[in-house]
Amino acid sequence: MTMIEVRNLHKSFGPLEVLRGINCTIAAREVVVVIGPSGSGKSTFLRCLNLLERPTKGEVIIDGISLTDPRTDINAVRQEVGMVFQRFNLFPHKTVLENITLAPIKVRRLPAARAEQQALELLTRVGLRDKADSYPEQLSGGQQQRVAIARALAMQPKVMLFDEPTSALDPEMVGEVLAVMKDLAREGMTMVVVTHEMGFAREVGDRVLFMDEGLIVEEGTPDQIFNNCRNPRTKSFLSKIL
Amino acid sequence: MGLVIQSLPYLLLGALQTLKITLVAVALGIILGLIAGMGRLSRRRLTSFLATCYVDFFRGTPLLVQIFIVYYGFPQLLNEGQQFLMANFGLPQVLQTTHIPVFVAATVSTSLNSGAYVAEIFRAGIQSIDRGQVEAARSLGMTERQSMRYIVLPQAFKRVIPPLGNEFIAMLKDTSLLSVIGYVELTRQGQLISAATFRPLEVYFAVALIYLAMTFTISRFVDYLERRLRTGDHDRS
Repeated sequence: MTMIEVRNLHKSFGPLEVLRGINCTIAAREVVVVIGPSGSGKSTFLRCLNLLERPTKGEVIIDGISLTDPRTDINAVRQEVGMVFQRFNLFPHKTVLENITLAPIKVRRLPAARAEQQALELLTRVGLRDKADSYPEQLSGGQQQRVAIARALAMQPKVMLFDEPTSALDPEMVGEVLAVMKDLAREGMTMVVVTHEMGFAREVGDRVLFMDEGLIVEEGTPDQIFNNCRNPRTKSFLSKIL
Repeated sequence: MGLVIQSLPYLLLGALQTLKITLVAVALGIILGLIAGMGRLSRRRLTSFLATCYVDFFRGTPLLVQIFIVYYGFPQLLNEGQQFLMANFGLPQVLQTTHIPVFVAATVSTSLNSGAYVAEIFRAGIQSIDRGQVEAARSLGMTERQSMRYIVLPQAFKRVIPPLGNEFIAMLKDTSLLSVIGYVELTRQGQLISAATFRPLEVYFAVALIYLAMTFTISRFVDYLERRLRTGDHDRS
């Protein structure tokens, strides 16, 4: 079953064309890792998948609903697409628990008690049950990112987008965040992950997309990409980072 | 010295009026300022244009002139407007007098003025919130309105408390201009006493000290509020 379909996606910022025609199909339960040099458009591509950036041209269809159709209620679609940011973006004026319950209560209209119960279950899942009443600033980066994942999951999304989720973390905290993401992948979540963690891509990714200059230059299984890539640009990129 | 002590009750009565008009002006200014501040950030061109005109006019012209326009100019507008309607459309005379009570003129002019400054304070406060906050809220399915209400404004309010405190102090001092239209606040009370006693030095010095006592108290109170509200807010940018 197809979860995400992207057709001829273009995105320009003024005269700068960041995405120059992306086509790809992502199946339900698939974990797709997007790699590529900085400035290649990976983050913009990801942000087009929940319309944080509006595509200049082309179509994005998630679970059968076209995001680019002007009649689509974009807020309704965003509820089904969770996003985790590089800089966490937790709400600093709310406790960890409130960070997680806010959207379910205000957007999904869940009763507060239900939302809290669900939030505590999610916090247990990411190993932070005891931090429910802390404020984000009292947590380490790795803990904040795990809360951010729990916050996104609280909306029970069908797809999770990760925008360089470990890039702002101290090295010793990367593992704990990746562990949570691996669990999520194992449970069958459809995931699109922009990352520089090649170990994660190898271990968890079903498919790797290599992007350069606004295009998907090469794609394949992690094995194909990391061990037998054909495109010279992929080769040169991998030789620099591996 | 005896003179100052004698006239102190009158001066304090004036100070009470000063405090009253300042509170009213800033309270209404906050409402106007919130509307105009958000208006300036609106994507609708007309809304942001009108808000910008309002802010530019009231920040770019002297409060004293604004007071004159409201107190002297507005009655003229009412009067001539009524004459026009009566002459051209045969409408009956509605207003017997077009004189505006001093308190109304004082309230209108200072509130409009304060609103323009507060608008800029709110605009800056809202813009100082990291864009990632809105993106996170929107990615969770919140509407623009919800993300403004639950995420941006609560954080912006904390940040605008110090500048709002400054605005309050500035307005408290600026209300002395209302003395020229005969609003009996602290400065006007000082003028009256000074004129009756021919002791301007002592009287105006006492007036100044009362202003200082008020502004000092307010600025300490704002410092306290700022410390209290700091919990759970830190700058991540």
